[in-house]
This record gives sequence, C-alpha cells and structure tokens, in this order.
Amino acid sequence: MANESVSRTLLVAGLLAVVCSALVSSSAILLRPEQARNKDLDRKKNILQAAGIYKEKLAVDEQFSQFEIKVVDLSTGEFRDDIDAATFDQRKAAKSNDQGMAITGEDDIAGIKRRSLYALIYIARGSNGDLEKLILPVHGKGLWSTLYGYLALDSDLTTINGFAFYEHGETPGLGGEVDNPRWKAQWIGKQAFAEDGTAWLEVLKGKTNPDSPDAIHQIDGLAGATITSRGIDSLLRYWLGEHGFKPLLDQLKSTEGETDHG
Amino acid sequence: MADKSSQIILDPLFNKNPISLQVLGICSALAITTKLETVFVMAAAVTAVLCVSNTTVSLIRKFIPGSIRIIVQMTIIASLVIVVDMILKAYAYDISKQLSIFVGLIITNCIIMGRAEAFAMNNPPGPSFLDGLGNGLGYSLILIVVGTFRELLGSGRLFGHVILPLSTEGGWYVSNGLMLLPPSAFFIIGLYIWALRTWKKDQIEED
Repeated sequence: MANESVSRTLLVAGLLAVVCSALVSSSAILLRPEQARNKDLDRKKNILQAAGIYKEKLAVDEQFSQFEIKVVDLSTGEFRDDIDAATFDQRKAAKSNDQGMAITGEDDIAGIKRRSLYALIYIARGSNGDLEKLILPVHGKGLWSTLYGYLALDSDLTTINGFAFYEHGETPGLGGEVDNPRWKAQWIGKQAFAEDGTAWLEVLKGKTNPDSPDAIHQIDGLAGATITSRGIDSLLRYWLGEHGFKPLLDQLKSTEGETDHG
Repeated sequence: MADKSSQIILDPLFNKNPISLQVLGICSALAITTKLETVFVMAAAVTAVLCVSNTTVSLIRKFIPGSIRIIVQMTIIASLVIVVDMILKAYAYDISKQLSIFVGLIITNCIIMGRAEAFAMNNPPGPSFLDGLGNGLGYSLILIVVGTFRELLGSGRLFGHVILPLSTEGGWYVSNGLMLLPPSAFFIIGLYIWALRTWKKDQIEED
C-alpha cells in the first residue's frame, strides 16, 4: 500500500488522533489533583493577600486556618449554619436550580446572568472576639472573561483593606494589570460607602484627583483597559448593593455593634 | 559522527540561530522576556517540546503521507504543548500564571514547525533529537540575552534579586520603563543581530 493512498492517509490520521488524544486526556486526569490543589492554594493565598495579612514564609493552609468561614444567605444577610461551608461551591450553586437564581435585565449590572443564593465569606477575629476583617467574594464580567476576586473590609465594614482578583482572562499588560501590585495598593483605605450608607466606590476612566473630596471613593482606571475598568466598577456596585452583600453588612453592623456594647 | 553531532547542536547557537538568522519565534521573545525566571521556564518548555516533537516526527516520517504531513506535525506539537502546559499548571503554578497564554502559543512558534518540516522529516531520530536540542538552546540563548537586559535595565533586578536599587524604592537607579514594554525586545534583538553579523559576515543578506 503506497503512503499516498486515501486509505493509508485516513489510517495514519486516525491512529495519530487516537494516540494524541490518549496522551492528552491521560495527562489531564493524572495531573488534575495537583492542579486543583494549586488552584485552591492560590485562592486561599489571594484571600490572605486581599486581607493584607499574607506572609510569604508561612504555609498558606496554616495562615488560612485563622479565618472563620460562613455561608451567608445573600437576600437576608443571615448566616446559614445548616449548609456545610467546607463543601459549599458558590459557582456550582449559581448554576443549580435550588441554590441559584437568574438575575434579569437592569439588575444584572455585573453581567453575570446568574448568582448563587448563598455566598462563602471569611471573617478574621481579634483575640477579644471582635470582627477585625471581613472578606467578601466578588465577580463580574470584564472584557473577555469573568473576573473573580476578593474584597476585604475593615472592622468598620466600610474601609477597604485590600482587593485582589484570583482568576481572570483579561489581556496581559492591559486589563491584566488588575494584578499589578501598585494598582492594587491604592485600594487600601478607600471608603466603600457614602455617609448615608449607599454603596459608593467607583473606578474612574483615567486618574483620580487626590485633592477632590470624592477621591476617597475613587480608584484610578487602568490605562488601555476601559472595558475591564468599567467591569470592575459595575461588579463592585452590584456586590456592595442590595442584591449583593448590603443585607449582610447591615446585619453585621447591628449584631457586631451589640457585642461591642454588651 | 561525533563531529557531525556536535555540529548539529552547535550550529543553531550562532551560525544558524533560529531567531537571529531566520528571525523565527519573535512573538514569544517579545512577550515573556521581562523577567529571567519566566525566560528560563519558557526556554525549557520550548526546548522540551522541540526535542520530543522532532524525535516523534522523525520516528514516523516514513509513514506520514505527504498530503497531510503539516497537519500531522501540528497535531503532535499541539498535543505536546497541552501536556507541557498542564505539567506547568501542576508543578509551577505561579510561573504558569505569569506565562499565561504564551505557553499555549508555543504551538504557533514557527521554530518548532520549521524544524519538524525542514529537518525531522528527512533525518533519523537521533540527529533529529539533537537538532531539536540545538535549536531549543539557540532560542534559549537569545531569550536569556534579551531577558538579562530587560530585567536589569527595566526593574534593576536579575532573577528577582536587586542589582541596581530603584529610585522609587529609595535607591539611585532610575529604571528605563521602555525595557518593560515589548518593543524593547525588538531593539535588543536588532542590536544583537547587528553585533552577530559584524562578527560573522557570511550571515549578511545580499540586497
């Protein structure tokens, strides 16, 4: 049989496809546990970094153990202790019928279409049991991808302690600059809410004016990444609003306040 | 034979360097050379893919029908790149995050297809492996040269260690911002080719 015959060509192509797909799929299966572990470590590291307490030398798992992990019902802001925080998967929940819901029309400012009814939040407490840091998961659509990140709030539940994305597919060098430490550093100390309690935190197009009284609520936009910047602006408005963590924050303000006085 | 083997490995370093003579594989040389750490991982990944793809293509070269040879080479290279990408994600997660899409883009690195088509299709596996290794090293050499200049002049560091303390961090060195941007790699590669062709005049192209 000559190399160039049709049957020979099909045979070679078929065999090659089988061998290559076996190679790719078997390595995918073999390496998956290790990759999942890395992703998990990376996520924990990002939570720690958002909270501003990450130390490079210590083991991530050990540092992470100081957090109290809670499942919270987003609509009421109450903790749901009947749902196991260790196995709860917010992304899976968003897709499911009983734990997720569709966000329609004008409400969907973050462009995420569906969200989970519950969210996993992380609380760091001081030695006297007071809430010191609250870490909230946020996500929303950028230009190419959905950006997933964590926003850390201080004990007053308004001052931002840190902000970091742990997963996104934005253009390296443009939208990808959301990972730039210098850009992330300016979030620290900003105020997420206005005096009257409404969410107010915006990512500008261009630079903030440090002399303006509004600057405490404003973040520099990313140069050359207008849509990513706008996406971050929208996702923050969504997650800090009534549909996001506002009920939880109101709830915490009253309960954590009580323990302070009592 | 010994002479010929060493020639196959050494030729692509200076005499027939894939980047400086053939001007292939420029895209990744621009993208990932801001830091030496990523340079080394990228260079190792490309060299590994190049060696294995050359050897594999050479092993089955007598069975590959001419009409589909390019797609056969492409399939082999693509599979290898996916495997390398997964290994990096499993064992060097931070670096694979920094390299992001550029590991996947090794598939389109012209050097790999070029060597499979030009060398491995016509030579036995042994020399093909050496040819892959040589070209991988040739590619690595340029990346390391570019990466050294860019990291040192752009961020005052080598392998993340501070060599020139930056003025923004209390030192004296005012960093060259251009070096952190992709076009600087063009300048460095251009200067490198100029220097190389001054040394080896036979590489100068006739007008």
